[in-house]
Amino acid sequence: MATTTAASPQLGSQGPPGSSPVRSRRVRGARRSRLPYILLLPALVLELGVHVIPMVVGVWMSLLELTQFHIRDWSTAPFVGLENYRSTLDVDTVTGRELLHSFWVTVAYTTASVGLSWLLGASAAVFLQRPFRGRAFLRTLFLTPYALPVYAAVITWSFMYQRDTGLINHVLVDQLGVVDHRPFWLIGGNSFVAVLVVSVWRSWPFAFLCLMAGLQNVPEDLYEAAYLDGAGFWRRLQYVTLPGLRPVNQVLLLVLFLWTFNDFNTPYLLFGGSAPHQADLISIHIYESSFITWDFGVGSAMSVALLLFLLVVTAGYLVLFRRRRIDA
Amino acid sequence: MHETTGERWGRRVVLTLLTVFTVTPLYVMLSSAAKPLRDVQNDFTWLPSRPTLQAFVDMWRTVPLGRYLVNSLVVSSIAAVFSVTVAIFAAFALSRYRFRGRGVFSVTVLATQMFPGILFLLPLFLIYVNLGNATGIELYASRTGLIITYLTFSLPFSIWMLTGYFDSIPRGLDEAAAVDGAGPLRTLAQVILPSAVPGIVAVTVYAFMTAWGEVLFASVMTDGQSRTLAVGLQGYSTQYLVYWNQVMAASLVVSVPVVAGFLFLQRYFVAGLTAGAVK
Amino acid sequence: MPKRLCTTVAAALLLVAGLAACGDDSDSAAQPKTLTYWASNQGSSLDADKQILQPELDKFERQTGIKVTVEVVPWSDLLNRLLAAATSGQGPDVVNIGNTWSASLQATGAFIPFDDATLATVGGKDRFVPAALASAGAAGQPPTAVPIYSLAYALYYNKQMFTAAGITSPPTTWEDLVAAGKKLTNGGKWGLAIEGANISENAHHAFTFSQQYGGEWFDPAGKPTFDTPQNVSAIKRYIDLMAVDKIANPSNAEYAQNQSVSDFANGKVGMLLWQAAGASLKAQSMAADAYGVAPVPFLQSPPAGGKRVNSMVAGINMAVFKHTKNRDAALQFVKFITSDEEQVILNKTYGSLPSVKTVSGDAAFQAPEQQALQQVLGSTAAPLPQVAQESQFETLVGTAMKELFADAASGKPITEAMVKQKLSDAQQQVRG
Repeated sequence: MATTTAASPQLGSQGPPGSSPVRSRRVRGARRSRLPYILLLPALVLELGVHVIPMVVGVWMSLLELTQFHIRDWSTAPFVGLENYRSTLDVDTVTGRELLHSFWVTVAYTTASVGLSWLLGASAAVFLQRPFRGRAFLRTLFLTPYALPVYAAVITWSFMYQRDTGLINHVLVDQLGVVDHRPFWLIGGNSFVAVLVVSVWRSWPFAFLCLMAGLQNVPEDLYEAAYLDGAGFWRRLQYVTLPGLRPVNQVLLLVLFLWTFNDFNTPYLLFGGSAPHQADLISIHIYESSFITWDFGVGSAMSVALLLFLLVVTAGYLVLFRRRRIDA
Repeated sequence: MHETTGERWGRRVVLTLLTVFTVTPLYVMLSSAAKPLRDVQNDFTWLPSRPTLQAFVDMWRTVPLGRYLVNSLVVSSIAAVFSVTVAIFAAFALSRYRFRGRGVFSVTVLATQMFPGILFLLPLFLIYVNLGNATGIELYASRTGLIITYLTFSLPFSIWMLTGYFDSIPRGLDEAAAVDGAGPLRTLAQVILPSAVPGIVAVTVYAFMTAWGEVLFASVMTDGQSRTLAVGLQGYSTQYLVYWNQVMAASLVVSVPVVAGFLFLQRYFVAGLTAGAVK
Repeated sequence: MPKRLCTTVAAALLLVAGLAACGDDSDSAAQPKTLTYWASNQGSSLDADKQILQPELDKFERQTGIKVTVEVVPWSDLLNRLLAAATSGQGPDVVNIGNTWSASLQATGAFIPFDDATLATVGGKDRFVPAALASAGAAGQPPTAVPIYSLAYALYYNKQMFTAAGITSPPTTWEDLVAAGKKLTNGGKWGLAIEGANISENAHHAFTFSQQYGGEWFDPAGKPTFDTPQNVSAIKRYIDLMAVDKIANPSNAEYAQNQSVSDFANGKVGMLLWQAAGASLKAQSMAADAYGVAPVPFLQSPPAGGKRVNSMVAGINMAVFKHTKNRDAALQFVKFITSDEEQVILNKTYGSLPSVKTVSGDAAFQAPEQQALQQVLGSTAAPLPQVAQESQFETLVGTAMKELFADAASGKPITEAMVKQKLSDAQQQVRG
């Protein structure tokens, strides 16, 4: 297990900026500059041991031909370099085409899910700002999907989506008569919408939570001032609320994007392990095309490719936000 | 500030729609839990034609639900407490100190959020097994292994939030304490932490919920004794039948304490995430 | 300075120690005379399995002095945990495995091969039903496990619905089955239930139909041969039951959670092709005399090369990990479970068939369902391709069929070209 690198004490670079290093503090300063490393040590050790090192091993796995033949003794697995990447990312092959397709499906899915979750969360946060009777109950109710075990929540939705016996078709076809023939939700074209709805149902409470908290930080007087200036609901939203929420949004949107992109449980449980083509999300695609067939080298390669994509997106996102902050 | 009629009705409509959206699956769960198994898979009816609470009784026997519940509570609580403690130390360092490696650490912490879980499942498992062999501390198929894993999973977001939170606590307080002769750790304990209680509660809840709902690692790293709820509920899917009504009943019952916790902690939580986001 | 540093370090150490103390330590390495056994879920619940197995384990302990600790692992976890155990070299001594996993698990090299000598210690090769033993590993290599519970597919039919529709005897050919299905399909009821979104069910039927049309999924060298004309015809024949003959409810295209069995139990459908559904039907309150069991049909005029196979050999095998510290005790346990007495007790309780020839005549297996299954197992069942890529075959072909069913259910006409395209795409995704 890696240990932290104990840098030699750096005099003059310790302490909060702006504080002048006083002679009597120099000794304590020398002590103190080791302190941050010690404070960071548990987090660092845990992150290295549980996140980083396994990740590095995972990347190493992607360079091996690691199948059921070699899983018992990895030293026998032949080193194939980038072959796993070549074979899975080659868009001229069926495998590569399917992976690319699943990638685009996931991009669409994640964008829509994060967007909708944010929209619902923001609406609820804004409308629950004004105190009224039952507000606490409603707040707790809206957070309930967050508390439910994912297995039960997604299985319930799969019940609701059943063509013959589910609630959705019962309401749409039998009770409201909105559509004539009973649609499928778990296979075919509608499956994309189906999994999207489930995803939004499960994520919007978290967005609601963060945005609700963020709103508390927007001073009431700003609203008052805007109101007195004659600003209506939408204007206030645009000039007071949204700017005030920017710090929360920066964190929230990124985190939701990453989590939703990698979400395995929702599609896996909704589609019973194999997703229809129109809703072939990348996490489940990787699982099905590799891990389930004991081809860990390829699975790791696909996962690393996914990771690189997310790194690029995140870097771009952070640059964008930082620039906007400087402009603002 | 006066609310216009348009605003009032807009609010009511939106909140009603959101309520319907949220509640419908919850209602399906509840009514399914109260139906005999045959009816759950039959055509959907709004009200159970033969309501029964049998599922709520049987669910404890079909799988060892009590044991899973205890495991989940223990693992989640301990993981949350330790995760927050470690995060507090790390956030304090990141917030109050400039030191070499600060940027690298922050970036690494952020990057971990991008890892697809399945990529490091096997390697992590192997590390645990080898550690267990080397040290005698059993990490595989034990609650300890899960605790360590989960507390690390929730570290990045917790550190991120708490760092921002601490940043918003004015340094003047630190310096005042220093003048009084307090060292850094005393400053942390007596100045920073009391001002940061809401943020700490918020992060604790997040860490708890992360551990409570995790499925992938729990399915590989636990055995019958250490299994948690998130995976254990799949035990209702047996060779002959899936006991849907019991799955629903069990999920509702185990969620009650969590929701009650939300209700109770609501005021801390809301005020909590506030300043944490302001950077 | 040292004081503060020490406090921090001490806190960190306490943290680590606290973590170690918090979890429960599982049992230390195997003592002599103890075994760890992972049983699969065969009964109505994990608990029920424990209740069934424990008396037998106690019996074994009385006989041999070896204590066996059993853990019943749900199917959703079993393969993952086997993989983890094979990878790490740590885990149970004896496990149940699904017999279709045999070739893949054999390739890991983590299990003791049952060569003739080892088989002799558990009673000898000839005791076992040949088809069952053939499903325990690749041809030409010693089996990686021994069969303990055997199952096969059969045609279940609702007697009352048959009588009402004027069908006097269960169909023996697919053509007859279609005719019967058409008579049964009216008034909201359907002729045949199909579990269209279940990948492994699809793959099992793909195998059977392919055999009847004279196709193979892998050539002798182990290369995939998915899109041969025989396979195309075979898959099309099965899909057409919904697409052309319309004897299956289009909703079946999304069935993946054994809804077919429930539909049959609730009288919504007249026929069902399933493995040993009896126990499940009983659990869903369908009396054993309400349905009949017949062998799965054949083609009326099979093409040249068509084989007389109407089921894959299904079942559970028992394997021993190489990393076991008690090899002899483990083999003794295997011998115990495959002994005549235990085979009767366990298979009777689970509704499956014994994997040993010696007890097939036992009174416990003379019920109509068991007789029908035994007949199939004994004469017309064949093992799935025992190659390491078997799981890829199941996933890829099973998924292709799921998509074809989805198309059929939405009314798209299914042509041979479509089927061939899907099978070709599947074949191109096979690795290794």
